[in-house]
This record gives sequence, C-alpha cells and structure tokens, in this order.
Amino acid sequence: MSVPILKQGKVLIASIQTALTDTDMLRLQDELMAQIGRSRSRGVVVDVTALDVMDSFVSRSLRGIAHMTRLRGAETVIVGIQPEVAFAMVQLGISMEDVHTALDLEEGLALLESLGGEAERGGGGG
Amino acid sequence: MAAAAEVRVEIASDADVVAARQAGRRLAEALGLGTTDLTLVATAISEIARNITAYAGSGEIVVRPVELNGAHGLEVVARDAGPGIADVERALQDGYTTGGGLGLGLPGARRLMDEFEIVSQPGVGTTVTMTKWVST
Repeated sequence: MSVPILKQGKVLIASIQTALTDTDMLRLQDELMAQIGRSRSRGVVVDVTALDVMDSFVSRSLRGIAHMTRLRGAETVIVGIQPEVAFAMVQLGISMEDVHTALDLEEGLALLESLGGEAERGGGGG
Repeated sequence: MAAAAEVRVEIASDADVVAARQAGRRLAEALGLGTTDLTLVATAISEIARNITAYAGSGEIVVRPVELNGAHGLEVVARDAGPGIADVERALQDGYTTGGGLGLGLPGARRLMDEFEIVSQPGVGTTVTMTKWVST
C-alpha cells in the first residue's frame, strides 16, 4: 500500500490512508526524500490521522523522515496524531520532542508557513 | 459476554504484524475494552509481533478471552522458536537492544498492558504472555 504524496506549492503532503507495514513506511521515507529533490520542496506534512497504531517502528521512521528532510532543506510536520495514539506513544516511551507536530493539516500548513517553509509558495500571499 | 473466540495469527512477515494487531483490536473490542485500551493492546501486539519477525523470523500470536476471579479481559500469547533471550532482565530495560531498534519493544509493551510475563530459553524460543483486563 503506497502513500499518495500531493504537491501544493513548495509543500509536499503525504496522507497516510490505512495501516502501513514496515516496508510501506520505508518506501514512504524514500519517496519523500526523492520528491523533495525533484520538487524543490521546503516543507513536508505527513498526515497520520488514519493511523490507529503508532508503534516504535513507525515513530522512529517518522522521526527519520523529519531529520532527513531537514538535511535536504525542508521542514517536516507530523499532523493528526489521534488522542489514544498519543497516549499509547507516551506509555510506550516514544519521544518526538525534536519533531514538529500539529493538530491537523490546516495547523500543520500554518506552522510550516511560520517556519518559513512556504516563503516561496507560488501565487503569493493568502 | 459476547461469543468472542480465540484467534491465531501466524507471524512471518511485516504484513502479519499488522494482521495480528488488527485481530487483537477486534477481539478486544468484542470483549468490551475501552477505546484507549484497544489502542494500547494493538500497539503492544505490534511491538511483540515485530520482535518475532526481527529476532526469530517466524512464530505465532494467539489472542483469546481470559477470565480470572470474576475479572475478564484479553490475553495475548506470542510464541517463537527463535534464538531466545539470554538476559531477560536486561531485555526489559528501556533502550536495550541487540537489533538496532529503539529498545522499547518489550519494556514498552509491558507498560501498555496490565499483566506481562516472558519466558525465554536460549536456543529454544521465547513466549510472551500479556493481558489487558476490562475495567469495571
């Protein structure tokens, strides 16, 4: 199951639709890294609203995406972590301290804008 | 109580990890566990199932209803015939890993569940048994 990646101006939006296997997660990592180069993106939003489980592997992969994209000049925001999922992650002992998160897609895009990730977004202003 | 039955999932690939946690969530829901507990159970199964694929290659996970002294809940049994764990105490410490992960699998799963027991013998295999009780 591959994750669709939409391009909106200088931002890539990866919207996870269903439970992902570890292999799917690693593929998403690769595809985002490749597409940042192709699209010259400055920001990435990964929407995890549909995930009912974020275990240590998924969390580590998302953190990896955030760190790797930053090295390529793009900031990543993880959006849509569900309340029960957040609770489970804390119990599990997962730290996402060094990763940007936001409530939903709208807040995530606003956060990227404030980080300057959308500074060059086409169409100007809005 | 619902006629919820035992479910057995063979674990050999990362798709089976997803199948096992989904089976666990469904049974937990049928047994009346709360929404947050469903997520905790599914997450714990995910960690334990991944340990099977990462360290043993293959094994199985059985989820079943359990009753004890009037309490009822969901029991998860994860079995493999892998290399076993030489130092179980150490494997239960946060951050200890021999597999390149975060070292949160076993200690994390223990925190997510109400009961957690691990029996492992080097060269023979590992069995993890864990339970989540329905809160009354």
